[in-house]
Amino acid sequence: MNKKIIGGISLFAVIALALSFWFNGCRPKTTMTALSGDVASKVYVAPGKHDEFYNFVSGGFNGQMGVYGLPSGRLFRIIPVFSVDPTSGYGYSEETKPMLNTSHGFVPWDDLHHPAISTTDGIHDGRWVFGNGNNTPRVARIDLRTFRTAEIIELPNSGGNHSSPFITENTEYVVAGTRFSVPVGDKKDVPIETYKENFKGHISFISVEPKTGRMDIAFQLELPGVNFDLARGGKGPSHDWFFFSCYNSEKAFSLLEVNASQKDKDFIFAVNWKKAEEMAKAGKGVKKKVRYAHNVYDESTHTATSTMKDEVLVLEQKDLSDVVYLIPCPKSPHGCDVNPTGEYIVGSGKLAALIPVFSFQKIQDAIAKGDFEAEYDGLKVIKYESALHGVVEKPGLGPLHTEFDDKGNAYTSFFVSSEIVKWRLSDLQVLDRVPTYYSIGHLCVPGGPTKKPWGKYVIAYNKITKDRYLPTGPELTQSAQLYSIDGDKMQLLLDFPTTGEPHYAEAIPAEMVAKNSLKIFKIEENNHPYVAKGEKEARVVREGNKIHVYMTSIRSHFAPDNIEGVKVGDEVFFHVTNLEQDWDIPHGFVIKGANNAELLIMPGETQTLAWTPKEPGVYPFYCTDFCSALHQEMQGYMRVSPAGSNVPLTFGTGRKDVPAPAN
Amino acid sequence: MITLNKTLAPMLMASFFVISCSQPAEQTAESTGTAPGPGQSAVVDEISQPNIVQVAIGSKDHTTLVTAVKAAELVDVLSNAGPFTVFAPVNAAFDALPAGTVEELLKPENKGKLQDILQHHVAVAVYKIENFYDGQVLGMVDGNNVTFSVKDGKVMIGDANIVASVPASNGIIHVIDKVILP
Repeated sequence: MNKKIIGGISLFAVIALALSFWFNGCRPKTTMTALSGDVASKVYVAPGKHDEFYNFVSGGFNGQMGVYGLPSGRLFRIIPVFSVDPTSGYGYSEETKPMLNTSHGFVPWDDLHHPAISTTDGIHDGRWVFGNGNNTPRVARIDLRTFRTAEIIELPNSGGNHSSPFITENTEYVVAGTRFSVPVGDKKDVPIETYKENFKGHISFISVEPKTGRMDIAFQLELPGVNFDLARGGKGPSHDWFFFSCYNSEKAFSLLEVNASQKDKDFIFAVNWKKAEEMAKAGKGVKKKVRYAHNVYDESTHTATSTMKDEVLVLEQKDLSDVVYLIPCPKSPHGCDVNPTGEYIVGSGKLAALIPVFSFQKIQDAIAKGDFEAEYDGLKVIKYESALHGVVEKPGLGPLHTEFDDKGNAYTSFFVSSEIVKWRLSDLQVLDRVPTYYSIGHLCVPGGPTKKPWGKYVIAYNKITKDRYLPTGPELTQSAQLYSIDGDKMQLLLDFPTTGEPHYAEAIPAEMVAKNSLKIFKIEENNHPYVAKGEKEARVVREGNKIHVYMTSIRSHFAPDNIEGVKVGDEVFFHVTNLEQDWDIPHGFVIKGANNAELLIMPGETQTLAWTPKEPGVYPFYCTDFCSALHQEMQGYMRVSPAGSNVPLTFGTGRKDVPAPAN
Repeated sequence: MITLNKTLAPMLMASFFVISCSQPAEQTAESTGTAPGPGQSAVVDEISQPNIVQVAIGSKDHTTLVTAVKAAELVDVLSNAGPFTVFAPVNAAFDALPAGTVEELLKPENKGKLQDILQHHVAVAVYKIENFYDGQVLGMVDGNNVTFSVKDGKVMIGDANIVASVPASNGIIHVIDKVILP
């Protein structure tokens, strides 16, 4: 109803606007004409010009992260993270397969929900962006020099890593709160109905080495068997604290749709991570037997390694009564967002008719005064009113997430009423609302979760598009919508389709990232064990039934491009080094019958395709990336002979193909 | 239920009016914004290996060639991915042409002629020195052939000697001591 009225008004306004143009078309500019003319120019990025912001958008069920430009909405790249990517060979090349290794073996897919750009002193620093794997619990770190996944760490004692990968102010820690509580340790095979007794919710604190970004699970908090949903780190005065929303404090294990919505309030867990860190360092945790994979991509060897770890430090719930405090929060809170000053924590109950805003100072005062209303599994529950700054009354239906601008305003997304509502933190008054098309989930203000929002835009990420674009059968795109927030009123400027399902996204001024972007890998720094640093090093080596082809590619040929003496039963490894030292000149490689994918090899890089020929014959291979005017000539042949054949191993480039002199 | 589809049409009409009315300041800004940008030679890249044009610009023996390439508007072409083999006459080779030839070719009205001559010095593909053989005939970019001779390991293109070879990111430069005319 509400939406129809809003829609009706905007239709009327636009028609009125159009009519006013008919009448005033050639008169001096009015306010109306300026407004309308601005909409296109505000998102127009002329050919060859760069966007003002990078927008890192989670791909949801495609397991990847999209890189878009703002304000244009142009898609630049899909960074493969948790899912295999035949386009680049990620997860198919021998070098990248270990990135997707887990305690469950090779897992070629996941569900990436939330990016988190690294911060220094609470401000985006543009070094890394983290992402969560929601299904097989993992956290990834993407290096923003290469726009590649540099590291993935699996999370033990977890199921569904949703409350992740939010970060502390100086990226000291990335957190990972489990959505599913699960039975752990040696009591894993238990009846589901023993949930209350056996299921635990764990929150992992993953340390991030300040220089390299290298991750390690520093410690886990063992907590009650609730569902952790979202989280935010404190800032400024609340630096030492982290806030996690949870639902299902009912501890339901079936039909959560109904059974996890029984209580009037669930909780925000306020965690003093500094204190937890001290406890961990003082040896107050328990080392528990677990299994999890830690995968690291080495830029020097161009190769990932996967290490299986078997121990994690757990701080037990019984020891956490002075570390973790619970704040009652109405109706299954989802978003749990901290404003730029670090003073306010906004909880968004999915089913709530209001938005509670908590005060960090009041939380501290309540803790100091012992102002608790109860205990929950031995953890102190702060009195709701004592923690509360106030509530935003009747803001909309189904509040989910809140971002902030640099002027003391908050922007909350409402799934059910499909709108963004702007309100003021100081007096909690609603200032403006705009419809979204349709059913917004997350939203993003550039720098919105940091101490320094860059403002200018808010972007809605919509789950449902119905009639918004040309139809593409039953499966339709999701979308992003860009609104300006420069003025008092939000203004819709653009909507654009996204790849995968966008959940959360972050945006950062382009120059903070663009200036660090790598152009090439230096060939002299290539330490791949099978590199060929020049055509003179190109060769084929037989080791038993393994054939190692040390191959080079440069415009516009492979060396070697003729290989004979391979037999059925051999396993062939094409180690292809791209000898180019020129920006934006990748070469591809693929061979007929390959059961994996292509390789896409960047300048100075070495990547390996494994290939097992099953029948004798001559197999063509070629460059898949249009590299040059003679790209179509960039090809070769591998001859495969029957097992036991006597064909000697020979190889070369340019052999026998020099025609005899004309006379 | 309102959608942008419905709102788009009137908005488009509106923008039509805005455009159709003369607003000099804005239009100037817009036309600057949409003007074709500079070509590939303008790419700022301090990291990559230099391309053929950049190598030539860095050579004090090839200032005449560089001037000619610029006059013939071949700078962007030779900054392309190629790969190219460029036979690059040294300054002395141009100096050896009849007096006034170079000055004449550099005149704007002779751009086509200059392009033909320069393109006669370019082949597509990378021909390393070891790829040439005696009697080899090679089609050049201008559409005419050149003939190579190899005597005692010395490679000649027409009557010009290859005196040095320099690799570049997008091909190779063979320095020659004469201008080869189509």
